[in-house]
Order: sequence, then C-alpha cells, then structure tokens
Amino acid sequence: MLYAKIKKEFNNFKLDVEFETNGETLALLGASGCGKSMTLKCIAGVEKPDEGQIILNNRVLFDSKKKINLLPQRRKVGLLFQSYALFPNMTLKQNIAIGVPKKQKNKEEIIDEKIRAFSLEGLENNYPHQLSGGQQQRVALARMLVNEPEILMLDEPFSALDEHLRWQMEQELISILKAHKGSTLYVSHNKDEVYRICDKVAVFNNGKIEEINHKEILFNHPTTYTTAILTGCKNIFRARKISDNKVYVIDLGVELICNHAVKENVKYIGIYTHNLKLSSNDKSENTFKFNILDVVNNLFSYILVLSSIGKDDMDSNFKIYMEISEDEFNGIKDKQSVYLHFNKEHILLLND
Amino acid sequence: MNYSPLLISLRAAIIATIITFILGIYAAYLTTKLNKFKGLVDGVLTLPLVLPPTVVGFFLLILLGKNSLVGRFLSLYDVSIVFSEAATIIASAVVSFPLMYRTARGAFEQLDRDMIYVAKTLGLSNHKIFLKLMLPNSFSSIMAGTILAFARALGEFGATIMLAGNIPGKTQTMAVAVYSAVQAGNRTLAYKWVTVMVIISFVSMIIMNKLERVQVGKVGN
Repeated sequence: MLYAKIKKEFNNFKLDVEFETNGETLALLGASGCGKSMTLKCIAGVEKPDEGQIILNNRVLFDSKKKINLLPQRRKVGLLFQSYALFPNMTLKQNIAIGVPKKQKNKEEIIDEKIRAFSLEGLENNYPHQLSGGQQQRVALARMLVNEPEILMLDEPFSALDEHLRWQMEQELISILKAHKGSTLYVSHNKDEVYRICDKVAVFNNGKIEEINHKEILFNHPTTYTTAILTGCKNIFRARKISDNKVYVIDLGVELICNHAVKENVKYIGIYTHNLKLSSNDKSENTFKFNILDVVNNLFSYILVLSSIGKDDMDSNFKIYMEISEDEFNGIKDKQSVYLHFNKEHILLLND
Repeated sequence: MNYSPLLISLRAAIIATIITFILGIYAAYLTTKLNKFKGLVDGVLTLPLVLPPTVVGFFLLILLGKNSLVGRFLSLYDVSIVFSEAATIIASAVVSFPLMYRTARGAFEQLDRDMIYVAKTLGLSNHKIFLKLMLPNSFSSIMAGTILAFARALGEFGATIMLAGNIPGKTQTMAVAVYSAVQAGNRTLAYKWVTVMVIISFVSMIIMNKLERVQVGKVGN
C-alpha cells in the first residue's frame, strides 16, 4: 500500500497531489511536464517535497511535519527510466549483480535465474552499449526486480523502443506485474499503453490530479476536459445546460438529449469518434445533418471530417471526427452530407 | 649544465598534481551536492585560475609568511614555508587546483542523473556510487584534467617566485631558471631550458589527447 501527499514548487511550477494505491498498477497519465516524473522522484527520495507525507506498507518514507526523510537507499523502491540508466562501465552481469541485496546468500543463483528469465543468456559479459534497446530495457527490469523493491515505479519505460519491440516488452511487463505483489506506478502519456497495462488511472494536469479512477470508468466516462483529451476524445465542444436532460452545444448550434442528469457546471460535451453513428434520416432524436469536409484514410478504417451546415469554411474550429468502416464508407462515398446520430448513452458531459 | 631546476620542477609538479588530484576531485564531488552557496564556493575555488599568479603568490605569502598564524605556529618547530622547497609545491598545487576541480566537476555534472538515482534506489551508498560509478564513468575527463593540472604546475612561475623565491639548487624551478638566465644574459642556458619545457608540455598534450579517446566500458568491442 502506498499513500502519497506531495507539495513541491520548482521552476515556477506547483506540484500538489495526493493519492493512494492498494497493490494495483496505477497509471500517472498526463502531458509532458505536468509533474508525473517529479512525483516518482519524490517517492523514490531523490527529490525532496516541500511538504507532505509518503507512506509505503506502513513505513513512513517522508513526513514534513515529523521531519522524517528516509534516504533513497532505505526506501525499497524500484525505479525504471526510459533511458534504461544502465551503468556503462559494468557488464550485463555486473549491472544485475549490483542490485542483489546484501543479505542474499546465493547471489550467483539469483543472478543466473534472472538472466534466464529475461532471456539474456550468452550476453553476460557484454557492456550496455553492445546490447539492443530491448535487451537494455530487460537488464534494467532485471536489475530492478532482483533488488526486491516493495513498489515498482516505471517512468515511460518503452518510449524509446520501436512499435513491434514495444508490444513484446509490454507483454513481458504485464506478466511481471501480475507476479509482483506490491503496487506499481506507471508514468505515461500514451492512453492505449496505459489501458492495456494498468488497473487504475490518475490524470495529471498542471501539477494536480484531475481525476483518479478505475480505467474502465475513466476511459468510458471522463468528467473533465483534460481527461477527455488524454483518453483520446477528439470531439469536444462548448455546451451549456438547458434542462435536467438537455444541453445546447454552442459550437455546433444543436440541442442534445442526455441520458444522465445534467449538472450546472457542465462546460463541454464530448463524444469519441467510434461512438458516433451514421443515420439514414433526422427523424430520431439527437440526429442532425452535417457536411462532409474531408475523408482521412486510416489503416483499417476511414475518418470522416464533418462540419455544421452553413459553417463549412475550412477555417472552422468546429469539426466533428467520426470513424467508419470500409463498408459504411462505400455507402456514403458520393454524398455531400450525412445524418449523424449522437447516442445519448455515449455523450460525455465535461467540466474544466 | 646544472640539472637541479629540472628535478625541482618535476618534484614540485608531481607532488602538486597528486595533491590537486585528490583535493580537486573531492571538492568537485562536494560542490555538485551543494544546494546553497554553490556559486560562491565555485567562485572561490576557481579564483587561482583567473587571478594573476603573482597575486595568488602574494596571498600565499600573507597566509603562510613569518608573521601569519600558520607561520608563527610552524616557527615553534623551526619550520618555515617561505623560500623553502615546500613553497614550490604549494604554489604549484594552488595554481593548478582549479583546472583539476573544474574538469572533474564538469565530468560529474555530465553524468546521467537517472543513473545516479537508480543506483541510490538499488541501495548503493553514496561512497560506492562515487567510487564505482562516478569515477569510472568520468575516467577520460579526469585523466585529461590531471595532465592539464600537471602541465600547469610544471610551468608555474608567478606564485612560485613570490612564495619560494629564486634560490638555485633549492627553489629555482625551470620556469624561474629561464627568467634568471635571460636576466643574466645567458641566452644559451635560456634556450636549453625552453627546449626542455616545450618537449615536456608537448608530450603532455599528446598523452592527454590519447586519454580523451579512451572510454571505459567501450573496450573489447
């Protein structure tokens, strides 16, 4: 279990977060420079918060009131960076060996077992620069795990790898995380990766946690503008409340009926590209006619770019993006405009 | 030709380099850890590099002279630093110190921060991190700094003549010998010492260039 409350000011930036995890994998999702990495460094003890409290499995690592600040050496935390941070003057084996705790007696066995587990056999005497990116990342993982940390903290671990390798490493990591008993913090700005690897997600924005929730809830029902953007919502429009189940979408000039009660503070509505559906007419509710501005050919689908009727100048900021299949695309190929259905189940009501 | 200036110079330079090597690296390590007063400490430690050597020598005279605290204490044991062989070493060490300190500090600051962070979380003591990571991974810079400091210590003139004077066979170094020879109108002798110094400096530079290409952990490719 990890509890962290961290306040720190640096370079005109204010970090102020509080969260806890209970053995799950928690993603810290956010744009770069929003305080995610600093949070990890504060927990690891290589940076000192101005104020706050950090507790790991009933051990107080940091408490500004009680003046407790444990050395990073005594915190039992594992850190993994995008840059691997291997020791360049040591061989692969030495890199792993240095992580084995002193109390361990059968050091050699432990090292050999890790080398086998990460399929690094035969590379024991190679130096880091002689290894590929994937191998280097495996060594870094092995070195971290061999140290038996109580919490794993991964800072964008796969950003430097190409897509195929990244996928492989991700699968390996998922099985490692399953075997790991303690909590894991996973810093990333990649929503897909986060969704595949983590259980819970904390959305960081400008040094604060905007939302923290189970990934299914957070990805299907984001409640703030930043969360919606970070979870990949491309259609976000200004809106205001009309009645308890209706909003007026200012940017599109349409009224939408919603499934859930509209709160007073609603500022935007959002809908994911894959939740928009084509319709044959505008007889049913939440269905409107839009002009087709452009079609983007995706790898396995098409993205339709639409705009409101009468607002079809290309400079318009208010474009609607929707994803359709090849079959659907063939059906509307020659059309200038289409009817679009906003399923009220999928309309996201957002505030700042 | 009397070879004593060569021996005096070499002895002063070698001992001074050993002193600066240890103190310079240690000072660099400590200043990278400082949060407050970093600029001030750095300024003071770099001062001997930017001040005219005679000014450094003047300060040393005040600090170590007969009437200073140190001087009075040492005179109790009949020891005097000024105009002694020790003075040639001290002068060379003080003047060459900033070169060692600055190159070591630059090398430490260029090390991957994440690497140090990971080492800490793995439980390595600061002492071990310094010996097993920071030093080996800045090997080439530190070697270059050492050669540079040695070359500077060997050629030291201003501070040496202020603190150690010009006593042939005792404190007369090569650099001072060149000055004396020219003053006395002995061009031939001046040429000889100049030749010796040019050769030593040149060899030092060649060694430095070689060392800069050596990268630890990149051998055995």
